[in-house]
Amino acid sequence: MRVVLAEDLALLREGLVSLLEAHGCEIAAAVDNGPSLRKALLDHRPDVAVVDVRLPPTFTDEGLQAALAARREVPGLPVLVLSQYVERLYARELLADGTGGIGYLLKDRVFDAAQFVDAVRRVAAGGTAMDPEVISRLVARGGRDEPLARLTPREREVLELMAEGRSNAAIAQALVVTERAVTKHTANIFGKLGLAVSDDDNRRVLAVLAYLDRDR
Amino acid sequence: MNIRASLQAPGRGFRLWLLSVPALFAATALLVSLGLAGAGIGIVLVPAAVVAVRRLADTARRLTGEWTGHRVERPYLPEPAGPESAWGRFLRLVSDPATWRDLAWLLADPFVAMFTALLPALLLLYGAWGWFLALGGGRLLVGYGMNDWYAFVHVHEGYGDDLGVVALTAALGTAFLGLGLRYGPRLLDVYGSWAELILGPTEAARLALRVEHLTETRSDALDVSAAELRRIERDLHDGAQARLVAMGMSLGAIEHLLDTDPARARTLLAQTRESSARALHELRDLVRGIHPPVLADRGLGDAVRALALDHPLRVEVNVDLPERPDPPVESAAYFAVAELLTNAAKHSGADRVWVDLRREGGALRISVTDDGAGGATLAGGTGLRGIERRIGTFDGVLALTSPPGGPTTVTLELPCASSSPKT
Repeated sequence: MRVVLAEDLALLREGLVSLLEAHGCEIAAAVDNGPSLRKALLDHRPDVAVVDVRLPPTFTDEGLQAALAARREVPGLPVLVLSQYVERLYARELLADGTGGIGYLLKDRVFDAAQFVDAVRRVAAGGTAMDPEVISRLVARGGRDEPLARLTPREREVLELMAEGRSNAAIAQALVVTERAVTKHTANIFGKLGLAVSDDDNRRVLAVLAYLDRDR
Repeated sequence: MNIRASLQAPGRGFRLWLLSVPALFAATALLVSLGLAGAGIGIVLVPAAVVAVRRLADTARRLTGEWTGHRVERPYLPEPAGPESAWGRFLRLVSDPATWRDLAWLLADPFVAMFTALLPALLLLYGAWGWFLALGGGRLLVGYGMNDWYAFVHVHEGYGDDLGVVALTAALGTAFLGLGLRYGPRLLDVYGSWAELILGPTEAARLALRVEHLTETRSDALDVSAAELRRIERDLHDGAQARLVAMGMSLGAIEHLLDTDPARARTLLAQTRESSARALHELRDLVRGIHPPVLADRGLGDAVRALALDHPLRVEVNVDLPERPDPPVESAAYFAVAELLTNAAKHSGADRVWVDLRREGGALRISVTDDGAGGATLAGGTGLRGIERRIGTFDGVLALTSPPGGPTTVTLELPCASSSPKT
């Protein structure tokens, strides 16, 4: 798996390089600013880009903008955005084209190397990886949402993990239940929320995210 | 031509002119009490008269501002903060040039108003009179012995028989009506300029007022920022700093346990990692409170949209900002909106909130409206006073309308450039 990495702090950049290399990724380029990132993405066409939101020269959301711009030129280019903060507004913009291959995680998630690399792989494969904090805020805001209120606590847990982008197998493992049980829960959730059931994992996640993020 | 303004001008002008009636009384009261100053009793009477005059002048300022678009500021020297002797009060009021300018206004305004503000109404009345004469009123009154002129038309015996003369009267009446409507707004505007000139502050008074305002808001600003620094210091001390110390100690223990009890070392490591994540979380919240990252990245519009997304109520955000205001203004506006949204969620019982951000003239205008129960007051511990104080540092103002039963609207207006206007 070839990765382009953009992170302006040298210490973190090197840390990420060694972490990803240790888990069998090939670093095609590691850059430290927005313009080089755009160039590297178009030159190398990596399997996935791991990008810090805040990059020079503007130190605003340069990384996010560069990633969105690259995705407009290379549709579906998988991008995992890392940030010290997660904002629903940014999550919404990343998901706007509805094609998946998007990740948006707090930098803290790097602490758990195995989970982080799993998220990178998922995004590279066209899936999604949303930070639990984004999801919990989405779900919390749906507090007065009728269909959401009808979910059982367990179904809600499954919903949150599903919205993060985890597969049934991963959800089963996280909740220590069988995969069959998870399948049953997801069917219930889709029924209660009135969403069309899809066999495609990726499409399923996007449907759930769209449901949670819709304007009420 | 703005038809609405034309139709409103005569009535408004008439009401402005009506102020002449109390003005006459006020002028008399002031002059008499000044005359009695030598007899001693005036020392007490003058301040009372001045208060009445100022109240009247304030009404004129308000109406002028609302109806003519000429904003007239209060010119008076500030009241002293402490107690004041009767003599001191008398001296202060008599030596305030604004008192004498008010007197000049009282005496001159009836005449000025008659030829400016009142004129549209007079023209309309005269026009209507012309039509009344033409439509049969003339013939009727001539029957009662009327012998008078309407402009240059002689209305006397046999008036109704010559249709040409009657038509001329009607045409003249129409012309007067037209003039009254056509020039009404402009005449009101002339009156507004006059009021602004005589009732507004002189340059010296403006500076004195400005100095007072700046002194007050500067000390507010210092208080606010000192309190803010204390909060940050405390948060860091009790939060991230304490966690880092704990993590350092845990790491020491882990080092020690590594050889003797690897299993325990492993649990301790997991706890330490947890602790570091929590420290990061706290730092993140702290930074959000100092300067939210979206505000830095995207500016006020998107930052408020991000607030709206996380808000428990349904918040509609409308942004019309051609360019970003200065960073300090932006930040003050952001925190004010954040607090207003929190208020709406906590106190109002509303379902929906509308936030509107726009640039109007040189000012940033923000309104936050909710469809809640209303009845909010500035004093009611809702934190509105605090917001008012903080935006006061930027010469910002806050207005609240909250009738019982709602809706509640809070409007903020902040000059876009953070530096003080050159006065």
